[in-house]
Amino acid sequence: MLELNQVSKNYSDVCALERCDLSIASGQTTVLIGPSGCGKSTILRLIIGLQMPDEGSIRFGGQPLEPARLPDLRQRMGYVIQDGGLFPHLSARDNAALMARHLGWSDERITTRINELAELTHFPTDALDRYPLQLSGGQKQRVSLIRALMLDPEVLLLDEPLGALDPMIRRDLQADLREIFTSLGKTVLMVTHDLGEAAFFGDTIVLLRDGRIVQQGAMKQLLREPADNFVRRFIQAQRSPLEAMETLR
Amino acid sequence: MNRRIAISFLCGLLLAGNCFAVDDRAIIVGSKNFTEGIVLGELIRAIAASTGAAVVHRQALGGTRLVFNALVSGEIDIYAEYTGTLTHEIFAQNNPASNAALRELLAESGLVMSEPLGFRDNFALGMREPIAERLKIRRISDLRAHPELVFRFGTEFTERGDGWPGLRLHYGLPQQDVLGVEHDLAYRGLAAGDVDLTDLYTTDAEIAYYSLRTLEDDLGYFPPYEAILLYRAELAQERPDVFAAILSMQGLIDEEQMIAMNSRVKLDGMQEALVAADFLNENLGIEVVAKSSSRIERFWRYTQQHIALVAISLFAAILIAVPLGIAAARWRRLGHIILGVVGIAQTIPALALLVFMIPLFGIGAGPAVIALFIYSLLPIVRNTYTGLTTIPTQLLESAEALGLPAGARLRLVEAPLAAVSILGGIKTAAVINIGAATLGALIGAGGYGQPILAGIRLDDVGLILEGAVPAAGLAIVVQLLFEWTERAIVPRGLRVSTRS
Repeated sequence: MLELNQVSKNYSDVCALERCDLSIASGQTTVLIGPSGCGKSTILRLIIGLQMPDEGSIRFGGQPLEPARLPDLRQRMGYVIQDGGLFPHLSARDNAALMARHLGWSDERITTRINELAELTHFPTDALDRYPLQLSGGQKQRVSLIRALMLDPEVLLLDEPLGALDPMIRRDLQADLREIFTSLGKTVLMVTHDLGEAAFFGDTIVLLRDGRIVQQGAMKQLLREPADNFVRRFIQAQRSPLEAMETLR
Repeated sequence: MNRRIAISFLCGLLLAGNCFAVDDRAIIVGSKNFTEGIVLGELIRAIAASTGAAVVHRQALGGTRLVFNALVSGEIDIYAEYTGTLTHEIFAQNNPASNAALRELLAESGLVMSEPLGFRDNFALGMREPIAERLKIRRISDLRAHPELVFRFGTEFTERGDGWPGLRLHYGLPQQDVLGVEHDLAYRGLAAGDVDLTDLYTTDAEIAYYSLRTLEDDLGYFPPYEAILLYRAELAQERPDVFAAILSMQGLIDEEQMIAMNSRVKLDGMQEALVAADFLNENLGIEVVAKSSSRIERFWRYTQQHIALVAISLFAAILIAVPLGIAAARWRRLGHIILGVVGIAQTIPALALLVFMIPLFGIGAGPAVIALFIYSLLPIVRNTYTGLTTIPTQLLESAEALGLPAGARLRLVEAPLAAVSILGGIKTAAVINIGAATLGALIGAGGYGQPILAGIRLDDVGLILEGAVPAAGLAIVVQLLFEWTERAIVPRGLRVSTRS
């Protein structure tokens, strides 16, 4: 579905991504994980075309990603960022409807689609007319997800979608999200720095460090056969402190 | 819906601009901005009107140069001038030796000079009687012995070749504390004792009023200033009947009558039009229905003119400045140039900007509107630029990631988010504009500045307030109007602050 071929990206002097090869399987959830600044968000930004690679090429459904084709290709992708990126001047409903309206969908079709997605994401329909400032963090992310799913895209790109939420809400949304992914069968590419979350969602885990892919595979594989010392330490560092106390006893 | 009301309101204001329109065939009388000039202008207007011709009097346009140039360029057809001014100021370089030589020079510019109106209004120097008596000053040459005296002259006298510079050389005067001020303010300084000496016109009403001593011009410096009419030759040919009537002013007014008329305006507070009408009724038997405008009529006229000045210039500024601001935000390098240029335009003092417009666009409302337009650009450009460049990156990127093309992003996301800032810029421009528009009266643009200028000229606080109070009021009304517009234009989502 998505293929990165020898992609490099530099920010001024800092190398964000170095000759990266990555292939994202269709209908699966792939999680990009790694320490801050490892280049995981950059991969999403390159795919959605907010940035252009310095070297290498990206293919979407077999076709190369070119600036001229970006507006069309973006309609086949949904993008959700950490704090939702909702437009504060538009209600939840208008945020979700923005692109569909621009494409000339009928009001009826839009309403039907939004109601369908509100149900799917467990967002209360009576809150659809509220503005982002009137919504809680969890609700904002649900609206952002509705907006991303509005045009029924083939790919969902999620950049730390749960990063700004407190643990209880995060847990609820995690469960809902996985249910949605499973029921829709979409290709999902998610960025997180939380190993537990990666394990919870990911069919495939991609671990990055300093702009390079260190290891990729199923979670079990990373646990059982870490590719190098860094992988081992990364996993060790994220083991729950509670778990560590259990072992001590 | 509210937006539509706001737009139709603006269109209404634009239509009010029609009050500037002048009938093509109307004779346009001009006058310099001092009382005698305006009274003479009113006399010309009333006589011409009595023949049934359409006449407009553009009052108090400015100083000699400005009004003379307006005549040469055909913006006005006739005004009252003095021979001495023509000889020693306008044609100082040619130095015409006689009136015949002067007529030849005028003819080169297509102008004609009438026979004298009958009175002279010479320059003279005046001091308060008690001080002159104490210092024993009777003649101008007596001033040489008193270098400590404070001189304040009308601005024109300070600059003109036939004014202070020549006088100082001619008499060898030693005084150092010499400045130019508004002539009417010099009189008040004299009365208050801050000023020892000023220049006078010999027909000034104030000479008697302030009991001033006119110093004898013992070395014969000041030339005679015969009052005459100056007009465009072509007009005299096109409208011989009207001109025959106007030329009946030749030899009609003696010095005493002119002083009396000046005095009725300056000391009794009568309107120039009424004074002129009275004079014509008595001396020419012309039954002039004096258009004495009531305070309310004047208020409406000034209000219409002022609003038109502000509305047209502001509307044009919005049309240009908002796209400029958008361009500046999109292409940063270009943005530096745009912001730099409009920033420089803003640093030009409003008064200077108005004056710069005269050679390009003449006098009246046109150049004033253009000056105000230039003046309105910076706040709007800057606020548009700031409004757009301070939108959080993640919102800009979210709009892009949705697949919206650039135009739709601007319309649906960026413009609404910058609306508060843009509107704030327009509001600032409007309020600055209302204040700056009062200066428009200096170049004959009308508006609230007109009573303010007349009030300064006539030392009439009531008249000054007639312009100053409505100008302040208009600023407040516009402020309120914008707050109301803000409610209509700024998206509701940006105004909610609490969760409900």
